[in-house]
Parts: sequence; C-alpha cells; structure tokens
Amino acid sequence: MAKVKGDIEINVERCKGCEVCIASCPFTVIAMTKEVNGKGYHYAIKVNDDCTGCMNCAIVCPDGVITVYRAKVTAE
Amino acid sequence: MGELRLMKGNEAVAEAAIRAGCDGYFGYPITPQSEIMEYLMSEKPYETTGMVVLQAESEVASINMLYGGAGTGKRVMTSSSSPGISLMQEGISYMAGAELPALLVNVVRGGPGLGTIQPSQADYFQSVKGGGHGDYKIIVLAPASVQEMADFAKLGFELAFKYRTPVMIQSDGAIGQMMEKVELFDPIPRRTEEELIAQCPWAATGKPKNRDHIIITSLDLDPAGQERVNLKLQAKYRQIEEKEVLFEEISCEDAEYVFVAFGLSARICQKSIDMARAQGIKVGLFRPITLYPFPTKQIAALAKKVKGMLVVEMNAGQMIEDVKLSAGCSVKIEHYGRFGGIIPAPDEVVRALEKQIIGG
Amino acid sequence: MEEPFVKTDIRKEENIVYKRTNLLVDRPLSYCPGCGHGVVHRMLMETLEEMGLQDKTIGVSPVGCSVLAYDFMNIDMLGAAHGRAPALATAIKRMWPNRFVFTYQGDGDLAAIGTAETIHACNRGENFVIIFINNGIYGMTGGQMAPTTLPNMRSSTSPYGRDVSIMGHPLKMTELVAQLPGTYYVTRQAVHTPSHVRKTKKALRKAFENQKNNTGISFVEVVSNCNSGWKMTPVQSNKWMEENMFPFYPLGDIKVDGKLVEQKEAVTKE
Repeated sequence: MAKVKGDIEINVERCKGCEVCIASCPFTVIAMTKEVNGKGYHYAIKVNDDCTGCMNCAIVCPDGVITVYRAKVTAE
Repeated sequence: MGELRLMKGNEAVAEAAIRAGCDGYFGYPITPQSEIMEYLMSEKPYETTGMVVLQAESEVASINMLYGGAGTGKRVMTSSSSPGISLMQEGISYMAGAELPALLVNVVRGGPGLGTIQPSQADYFQSVKGGGHGDYKIIVLAPASVQEMADFAKLGFELAFKYRTPVMIQSDGAIGQMMEKVELFDPIPRRTEEELIAQCPWAATGKPKNRDHIIITSLDLDPAGQERVNLKLQAKYRQIEEKEVLFEEISCEDAEYVFVAFGLSARICQKSIDMARAQGIKVGLFRPITLYPFPTKQIAALAKKVKGMLVVEMNAGQMIEDVKLSAGCSVKIEHYGRFGGIIPAPDEVVRALEKQIIGG
Repeated sequence: MEEPFVKTDIRKEENIVYKRTNLLVDRPLSYCPGCGHGVVHRMLMETLEEMGLQDKTIGVSPVGCSVLAYDFMNIDMLGAAHGRAPALATAIKRMWPNRFVFTYQGDGDLAAIGTAETIHACNRGENFVIIFINNGIYGMTGGQMAPTTLPNMRSSTSPYGRDVSIMGHPLKMTELVAQLPGTYYVTRQAVHTPSHVRKTKKALRKAFENQKNNTGISFVEVVSNCNSGWKMTPVQSNKWMEENMFPFYPLGDIKVDGKLVEQKEAVTKE
C-alpha cells in the first residue's frame, strides 16, 4: 500500500531561530537545537520521521531556509 | 533655417522639450513658470510624439516622478520656480547620488520665503553650490534670451545623458515671460524601447535572463563603498569642469573694465556697455553661460587684462564669490545688485561702474 | 554544519515540492528573526515567477527596514526617497505601460511621510500594485511611534503608550484609499501562519492580474509583526498581533473589482 512521505531540509546556517516553523508544524517534526550556528542563532532541526511534506513550515519561514520533499512510498 | 516663432520663454522651453524627444514632463503650477505645463497640455504631445505630461500633486511628487522616469532611462523634465525648486532639493540630491539624467527648469523669482513673483537671480547659490545634502553638483545653464530657453532644452538633455546627471536651466521670471523671436530646431524623434535599452544599459527596464538585475539607488551603507561613490562623482565633476564650460565675451578685446553677469543681468549690461562707451569708458561683458561648471580659467585670464570687474546680479552678491575665487586678488572686483524682483536699469549699472570701480 | 537527524531516502531533486524561489537573490535577508518581510518578499517573488514577469517587472523599494529589498529581489528596482515610492512608480508605469510596476512600503513610509503620494497615486488610478507592510511601528530607526501605532501601544517615542489625546489617532490608510475611485482592489492580509501566507499570495496574484487589465491601483496591506520593536519573541509577537492588531486592522478584502465589500465587523458597541 502506497502512502505519502515527506522530508524537510533546513539550511541551518541561514536559520535565525525564530521558531515560527515549529508552531506551524502539525506533526511536531521540528525542534530547536541547543547549539548555535555561525551567526549565533539556535536553529531548527527535524527531530522525527513524521513529516508529510505539507510545506507549512517552509511557507511561513521568513528566511525561506526550508526545502520540502514529498514522495509516495510503499508501506512495509 | 528652422521654424521661426514669436514665443514666451516658458513656451519656448516647453516646445523645445517636445522637439528634443522628451519622454515625460512632471510638474506643479507656480508663477512665473506655469505656461510651461499649460503649453504642454494644450499641445498634447501624448497624441503626437507620445510624450507623457502629468500634473503632479506637489513639487515633491514631481521631482520623485522624475527620479522614477529617469531611473528607467527615459528623457524626463520638470519645471518650477524658486520655492518649488527648494521643495525639490531632496530629490535632486537623490538623483545626483543615483547618477540619473534629467532636465530641470527653474524660472527664478524673488525670495526668501514666498518672496515675490517678479524675476530674480537669488537662487545662484542653491543651483550652483548644490542645494540639497551631500557633495554633489548639477550642470547649470543660464539662458539670456528666449532663443536660449529653447536651445538649452536640447543641450540640457544631451549633457544630462552624457554625464548621467541632473541639468538645470536657471532662467528667471523675465526671460520666462517675455516674448521674442525663436528659431526652433527640427524635432528629434523619441527613442524606441530598443534604442533606449541599447543606449542606457544602466537603466532599470526589466531584467532579462542574460544580465544581472539593475538597482537604482543613492544608498551605500558601507563607508568605503559610499566613499567610492563620492570619488566617482567627483571624477565626473572634474571632467565636466574640463570639457563643458560655456561663456560669452562681448566687447572685451579693448576693454579696460568688464561687467560679469549671467542671464537677464547680462542683457542689461549689453545696453550699459553702449551707454558707457558713448561716454568713452571702454567696458566689455563676460557672460558665464554655464554657472556650473564655472568659467574659472577664462575669468582668471580676463582679470589679468583689465583694471576692474563689476559683477552685476539680481541678488545680494552670489556669483561674485566665484568670480573672486577665479580672479584672485589681481584686480578690483565689486558687486552691484538689486533684489526682490527689481531689475536694474542700464544707466544705474553704468553709474555703479563709475562709482564703485572707476572712481572707487 | 551537519543536520543531526538522518536524511530519508526521498530527499532527491525530483521529490522537491517547495524550495526558495530563484527570484530571491541567494543571500541572507537583513531582517530580524521572525519578521514578516521575508515571507512577503518570497510570496511576491513567487507570484512574479509563476506569472513569468521577471523580465517585465520594475519594483520600487522604500526607506525603512525594507530599504534593501532590491538586494533580495532579483528584478530591476529603484530605491525611492522616504515616502515617494508611489511618485516613482507613477512615472515608471506611465513611461513603460507594458511593464509591471509595484511599490513595497512600510507604514511610516506610506502612511506618514508619503501620505500625499499614496493618496494621489491611488486617486489618479495609476496602474501599479502597492504592497503595504503595517507593523505599527518604525522598525529600522529603533521602534518609534508610527502613524499606525495602536492606542496605548508602547514605542520608543510613546514609552508610556500612545495617548491619543496628545499623540493623535492611528491612521487606517487601507480603509481610506478604498474610498477613492482610483483603487480597484484593496485588501488586508497577514503572513504569520501558513493559511494566512497562502491568502496573501492569492491577493498578490490577483493584484498583478489586475495590473494586466489596467484597472487602477491594487493595494495589498499585510499586517505584520515587529518583534524587535515590540520587544517580544517572534512567536509571542504573532500572538500579540492576533490579539491586538487584528481587532483594529481586521483582515480581509475591503474592495474587490472596484466595489467596496460590506464590512461584517463594522458594528461598534455603544
């Protein structure tokens, strides 16, 4: 049976850590790091595999740092 | 020979703008120059050459419309009189900083403040020294006839695009209002879109795939970058000072004294020369046509030949500073001026010469 | 820097469903974390990309936080003097009627110093798009009171809150320009949630479609946050915006196809 699977790729060096993406994600896929990037910002990372590729995070991201992937995969 | 017409100075500059292939006029009414927009609106060039004519909501809007039009490579002009030109200074500074070509016409009236609607030359400092903020210059042309009002519209656009700088025709209420015979030059067609893009590769015209996007701005927040902008402007001004000086000498060959005067004052001095020479005083006239670039070298050379110079201006003494800087201390230089819309009579100029220079 | 969570096997070029548009220049935006400017920039550039207008568009940026918008938008642009963007755009559009022209302005630029240019461009029915970012404050100069600052709202020049008896009232420019015959489409949107962003993009698309037909001004206000000026975190500021800005600046269309939309929330309790 095919199901939709998503993934996000975050350009962490461009992330300013505003956390707006976290509030927009319906599946709590994103969280903030304790570490900081080159600019000194805590940055967003993907913390689980529940992403459906809904694009919400990428659309609200003020800095446009998120690329979204989506594909149909066959369930095991 | 071109077409001959009897016209007001204001009408002549308007007609010449149409003939010079002007793409757009943006202005706001103010005495004594309102005939410029009135003439354009009645001629309807938007139906013939396609030139846009728009009455803006203010001089501030007019000059910024000019900035917009000029930034896209179009041949644009505005006109106003002294208080309106004061309002435009911010925009002129921006255009100088962004290196944009445009033609401005200042039909000067007496000031300060609301002043008077009568002719004056009291805006010399504002035009020539850079009326707005920052280190910049604009080319300033001073017509002394209705004919020159027409000719300088064409010349003004040529210089504006040659150097990517605002150019001002600094006229006055008398030259703007008086009627004279004018020989009009043949119309030059407005540039096509292709010609404009080829001639103005710096202009914002819409970014095609094969070039970088164009940014028209006077902003550079990096001090080193802003210094480079300034150095570039200064290099351009040195070039303009080298190449574009215009002046006229009348009866200077045998002159012992000279009047130095521009625009309307220079015309009055021509009559004064006739009167003085009838009395046996050998006097000539030096007329700067470009107020910036100022004919510094020519005045320095003349100062070595004559016994005295009388700078005649319809102001309290503005151009005289440049005359003195040019001539140094080699010769006696005095100022004669009337203000507030009073035009000096030729005989009072002769008396001033006798009293301040010859007898003084 | 390595992303700590493992990549999935679907992270391939052909599976990309969303990425930053190439009409944004590949450089970091100069805006504060969480600022709405970045989203509006991207939605605007996506709109132009989807309509194929990159080579036909001339934009005008303002003075304010978005003064450097021309550094981020990969189209030809002019930087206007403070408040004068509608004057520039008027001339550009009249000289280049076959180009698409927009101004991008903040509330200080559009609703204070540029009020005359804004109203007259709208009233003449110029054929360009005005994008108006309203965050109720002067961001770039350090959070001073703007014409749009709410009553009792604190700013660096109203440190005890905007006292309207002394400082005057906030100005609803969008409602004001909607009354003018020269505006064709007037709307107020937001960009703090995905659904609001999608609506904003639809509004921008409609605005540029209108320009194709020379219908007059399309005016798109985006109520946005200024977490630095408001002195809140980005997420807090978005919540504060919903609770305080939206009641005063209600979202939605105000004028569509040249006709005023009936206001549902116009009833005030006496």
